Amino acid sequence: MRSSPILEVRDLSKRFGGVHALEKVSLDLYGGEVLALAGDNGAGKSTLIKTISGVHKPDEGIISYDGKPVTFENPQQARDHGIETIYQDLALADNLDVGANVFLGREVMKRILGLPAVDRKRMRAEAADTLKVLDIRINRLDLPLRSLSGGQRQAVAIGRAIHWKAKVLIMDEPTAALGVPEQRKVKALVRSLKQSGVGVIFISHNLVDIFEVCDRIIVLRRGIIAGERSISNTNPDEIVRLMVGG
Amino acid sequence: MDTLPVTEVDTDRISWLTWLAAARAWLFLGILFVAFEVWAQLVYRTTFLFNPFNVQSIAVFAVAPLLLALGQTLVIISGGIDLSVGFTMGFAAVVFAHCVNGTLDALGVFGSLLVGIIVALVASIVPGLINGLLIARLKVPPFIGTLGMYGVARGIAFLLAGGTTVPVRNSILAGLGNGSLFGFPIIVLVTIIIVAVMHFVLLQSRYGQHVYAIGGSRQASLRAGINVERNTIVLYVLSAVCAAIGGILYTARFSAGAAQAGEPLLLDSIAAVVIGGASLFGGSGTIIGTVIGALIIAVIQYGLVFVNVEPFWQFVAVGVVIVISVLVDQSQKRLGGGKVDEE
Ligand SMILES: Nc1ncnc2c1ncn2[C@@H]1O[C@H](COP(=O)(O)OP(=O)(O)OP(=O)(O)O)[C@@H](O)[C@H]1O
Ligand SMILES: [Mg+2]
Repeated sequence: MRSSPILEVRDLSKRFGGVHALEKVSLDLYGGEVLALAGDNGAGKSTLIKTISGVHKPDEGIISYDGKPVTFENPQQARDHGIETIYQDLALADNLDVGANVFLGREVMKRILGLPAVDRKRMRAEAADTLKVLDIRINRLDLPLRSLSGGQRQAVAIGRAIHWKAKVLIMDEPTAALGVPEQRKVKALVRSLKQSGVGVIFISHNLVDIFEVCDRIIVLRRGIIAGERSISNTNPDEIVRLMVGG
Repeated sequence: MDTLPVTEVDTDRISWLTWLAAARAWLFLGILFVAFEVWAQLVYRTTFLFNPFNVQSIAVFAVAPLLLALGQTLVIISGGIDLSVGFTMGFAAVVFAHCVNGTLDALGVFGSLLVGIIVALVASIVPGLINGLLIARLKVPPFIGTLGMYGVARGIAFLLAGGTTVPVRNSILAGLGNGSLFGFPIIVLVTIIIVAVMHFVLLQSRYGQHVYAIGGSRQASLRAGINVERNTIVLYVLSAVCAAIGGILYTARFSAGAAQAGEPLLLDSIAAVVIGGASLFGGSGTIIGTVIGALIIAVIQYGLVFVNVEPFWQFVAVGVVIVISVLVDQSQKRLGGGKVDEE
C-alpha cells in the first residue's frame, strides 16, 4: 500500500519573535492513513498544521505535496490543492448561517436577471446534506452561527472541511466541544475517510481517541519531535513519557 | 438519539421580537410621519404627509446624507468606519465645479458636464484608495486612517476652492440638479439607481457576502481564502465614490461646488447606518435599513422646520432616535433567544 507520501514536511522551523514554536520538524503523511499529533499545550501542534495549511509561512523547511515542493501563500492555495483544515478555534463567521460558512470563499452562484448572485438556498441545502453524514441536526439553518451551541458550531467546522472532498484533512482537536455520541460519529467519519484514501492529521489530547483511530503518532515537545511511533507498537504510558520528556 | 441537542426556544416570542427589531426603522419612520401629521393638523390645520411637495422635499433632503451613508454601510458592516466621506464629498464637488467651468468653452455644456463627472469620480478614488491602503495594508485602525484623510481632504478641498464656493457656469446643470423626470426630482432618481446597485452588490454578490464575512470574523475570512486586503481597499474606494456622487449632485442642486458641502453630513451618514440596524462592531446592516435611516433623519429635520420648531431641536431628536434604536437592538438580542452577551 505504501507508495509515496501525499504530504512531506522536511525540517520545518517557525519562530514567533523569540519563541521557537517549531524546530526542524519533519513528517510524512500517506493517503489512507491517520496520523496523530500529540503534545502538551504549547508544544507547537497548531503552529505545525497552520504552517502546512498556509496560515503561517515557515521560516525554514520544505513542504512537498504529491511529490512536488509547494509554498502556500495563503490558506486558499492549500485548499485549492485539496488540503482542508479544521482549526482549533473553528474559524467561523458567527454572523453568517451554516450554508454561508460551509461555502465561505467558495460561494455557489446563480443568476438573477443575468447577474451573478449567491445561491443561499442551495448552499443551505448542500450544507444540510453534509451535516447529515455526521448525523448532526441543526434546527434552523438560516440562523447566524452565533446562536448555535458550541458543539453545533464545531460540527459546522467539520462539515465545511469534509464537504470539499479533500485529499488531506487536518483536524485540530475536532471533538473538543462534542458530546460522547457525536465524538463517536467523528471517529467513524475519520475511519471512513481513511477507507476512501484520504490522509488525515488528527490532533487530540485524548489518547483513547488517538489509539482508537490513528495508525501512527508523532509527539511534539516544545517545538521539536520527541518521538514517532506506530500505534500498534506503543502504549499510552510511553506516549505520555514522550510528551513530558521523561 | 445521536443528534446534537436542539435548543428549545419560544419561537412565537422570537418571531415577533425579531420582526419588531427588523421593522424598527420602518416603525420609527411611520411614527414620525403620524406625529408630524397630527401636529400639522392640530396646530396649522394643514397636512404634512399628504402634500407631495413635502414628500419630494424630504426625498431631496435625504439625497446627500444617503449617498454618504451607502458606502458607509458597507464599510461599517466590514467592521470599519469612514470619517473622511464628508470632505471627500466636498473635494469632489470642488473638482467637479472647476472641471465643468474649465472645459465649458472647449467642450460645450454637455461635454464639460461629462468630463466634470468623470474627473470628479476618478479624483475621489485617490482618497478612497489611500484610506484602503492605510487600513488594509499598513493596518492603521480605520478610525485613525480616515480621520487623517478627513483632514487632508478638507485642506485640499478648501485650497482648490480658494477658500470660497465655486459657482458653476453651465446652463443645463441647474436644470439637472433641480429638474424632474416623470414627476420625480432627477437627483432622487439618480440616488434610487445607486441604492439599487448597492443593495444588489451587498445582498447578492459574492463581494457583498465577503463584506459580511470580514465583519463577522476577519480571521475566518482569511482562513477561508477570501482576499481580505483587496476587499477592504475596494470598500473604501466605493465609499469615496459614493461620496463623490453626493458632491456632484450637491453641485448640480446649488450650481456651486463647496468644500464644506459634506461637513455636517458625516455624522448624519453614520447615524443613518446605525438607525438602519447596522452594528458598529461590524457584521450586520442592510442598504434598505440605511435608506430608512436616512429618511428618518430627513423627516425629523424637515418636519421640525415645517412645524416651526427651533431647528436646533433636530440634533436632540436625531440623538434620541439613535439611542432608542440601539436599545431596541439590544433588548431584541436579550429576549429573542439569539446569542446573549455575557454580563
Ligand atoms: N500567532 C502567534 N504569535 C505568537 N506566538 C504564537 C502564535 N501562535 C503560537 N504561538 C506560540 O507558539 C507556541 C506553540 O503554540 P501552538 O498553538 O502551536 O501550541 P499547541 O501545541 O497547539 O497547544 P494547545 O494544545 O494548547 O493547542 C506557544 O508557545 C505559543 O505561545
Ligand atoms: Mg493547538
